[in-house]
Amino acid sequence: MRAFASAVALLAALLPAGVAAEGVVRVGSKSFTESYILAEVIAQVIEQVGEARAERRVGLGGTGLTQRALESGTIDVYPEYTGTLARVILKDPALLTVEALRARLEPMGLTISASLGFANTYALAVRAEQAERLGLRTVGDLARHPELRAAFSSGFLERDDGWPGLRARYGLGLARVEVMEHAVTYRAIASGQVDVMDVFSTDGQLERLRLRLLEDDRRFFPDYSAVLLARREMTERFPRTWARLREALEGRLDAARMARLNAMADLDGRSVPEVAAAFLRGGEPAAGGGRGRALLGELVALTADHLLLVLISVGAAVVLGIPMGVLAARYRRAGQVELSVIAMLQTVPALALLMFMIPLFGIGKGPALVALSLYALLPIARNTYAGMMAIEPTLLEIAWVLRLGRLRRLLRVELPATAA
Amino acid sequence: MIALREVTKRFGPTVALDSVSLDVPPGATHVLLGSSGSGKSTVLRLILGLAAPDAGTVVVDGTVVDAGSRDRLVARMGYVVQDGGLYPHLTAVDNVTLAADAQGWPHGRIDARVAELAGMAGLDAATLGRYPRELSGGQRQRVGLMRALMLDPPVLLLDEPLGALDPIVRAELQDQLGHLFATLAKTVVLVTHDIREAARLGRTITLMTAGRVVQHGTFADLVERPAAPFVTQFLTAQTLAAPAAPAR
Repeated sequence: MRAFASAVALLAALLPAGVAAEGVVRVGSKSFTESYILAEVIAQVIEQVGEARAERRVGLGGTGLTQRALESGTIDVYPEYTGTLARVILKDPALLTVEALRARLEPMGLTISASLGFANTYALAVRAEQAERLGLRTVGDLARHPELRAAFSSGFLERDDGWPGLRARYGLGLARVEVMEHAVTYRAIASGQVDVMDVFSTDGQLERLRLRLLEDDRRFFPDYSAVLLARREMTERFPRTWARLREALEGRLDAARMARLNAMADLDGRSVPEVAAAFLRGGEPAAGGGRGRALLGELVALTADHLLLVLISVGAAVVLGIPMGVLAARYRRAGQVELSVIAMLQTVPALALLMFMIPLFGIGKGPALVALSLYALLPIARNTYAGMMAIEPTLLEIAWVLRLGRLRRLLRVELPATAA
Repeated sequence: MIALREVTKRFGPTVALDSVSLDVPPGATHVLLGSSGSGKSTVLRLILGLAAPDAGTVVVDGTVVDAGSRDRLVARMGYVVQDGGLYPHLTAVDNVTLAADAQGWPHGRIDARVAELAGMAGLDAATLGRYPRELSGGQRQRVGLMRALMLDPPVLLLDEPLGALDPIVRAELQDQLGHLFATLAKTVVLVTHDIREAARLGRTITLMTAGRVVQHGTFADLVERPAAPFVTQFLTAQTLAAPAAPAR
């Protein structure tokens, strides 16, 4: 029982308190390598300035979740792209400049930095060697070589701002266009089975596979320039930090450099903090055996995190579920309603449940714990109920004859018999 | 001390007891005898207050057993069921001390009472430390009896206490029970289908069939002055050997 009590206390302590705590800047990111690296760079800069503590809340998911986290104040700043801001968040593709975007974000209590210097946009890539040979420099040059074979990801093949639009804009007529998974396409293009593929312009593989991006000279692809998106509240409260972030990042990263940083993390197995530190130092990360140790450390930390989450959420589910099972067995009709409600909770997809919880609990371990506890609730409550219902009636009658009282009967007879 | 006045009890369409009247004399052992389905266990449950009559009254110590009085009255009763009815997750001694624990008895008093009862039941400390599944049928029954006697209730109700035992153990325990009941001078109501048991233990006997009382009396009354042909029928059907001597 004492273990349960302390688990509950721990659970309460882990639940995020809500909006900006004393002297803390919460840095978020979406869940892909580039976003992780940029968030870590932001966090390290904040730590260097020393005006506030940096709290990392990275890997929040896609744009929707990350954006919500920012609006609810669960995070204060994260790396975003102008194209995403215009199309997904503000839903106005006509917003092209940083100034225009900033003006629109202001009433929402948000602001953005200038471009960090690179754009992570859709692009077409060809082998550098072939580009030299055929004189391919722009997307338009493909029109002269309809014999080239292309392989595109399914998203790119279907989206209006992907292949259909691109083909129309440039009047392209490639002979063979097939759909292929990116992971496969890299190998196919390197071995010469495929000549053209869609990539993101900061893809870490580009340099390794000696691929060259074709210039979008007719500006078909929207601009996805990287910027810092922040709550104005934070920029006003920590002006030195915000100024230093802009100074350290605005215009400092071109696409090639970002691609190299991505490659360090994705292909060389460097840890994200290592890559971020290397960028801020202006060099490559220190060579040597750090890689294995960094991975091991991360593995241990994540395993500990995971075990703690499971322990606390199952503990909470036990603390809630057993009394619920007992009540369901005591009051049959209300019990059926109660068990049905928990069963319904079980059918809510995890992602949807987390979405609901962001306004209530923010982002991070809190909502994960609540969600896990809710999912663990049904089996525990239902099994408690089933166990209680299965107790031999004679044993309960004897408990009454022995005048055990309700609580003693529950603790010494019913629950132990349920477990047996 | 315990009396039923024209008690009728139905379970759905089945009439378990049909206008049964019964007097249990205090300080002696009274046996409810009958085959299964005769309604004898239902009588015990009505006395305990585990079930309520549809008509008639059950009176214990001058008080009618009902929802208001049953909690108070049950404090005067010990209850033993077939195979002991022990809690499988508790050791024998924990089963025995459960009720005293609930009454807040101090440890010393509990230990002394357990020692006294263990001597009476012929069980040693090692046996009492075991779980019910580790005990023989006879041992389980003795533990069940100890549990019922723990708070020293003036009334002891036993429902086929020896029903699950093999014949040799059964005969041995019958003797011991008879001795025990005589020593304790409690009001005992014992339900059985076994004529030999009724003869050995019951000062008075009520023979029942199909929810009705056929005859009240001593075992000798039943043998020598049967109230109906069924009495003789019932006695002879079971006794391959001659019944043992009437109760002491």
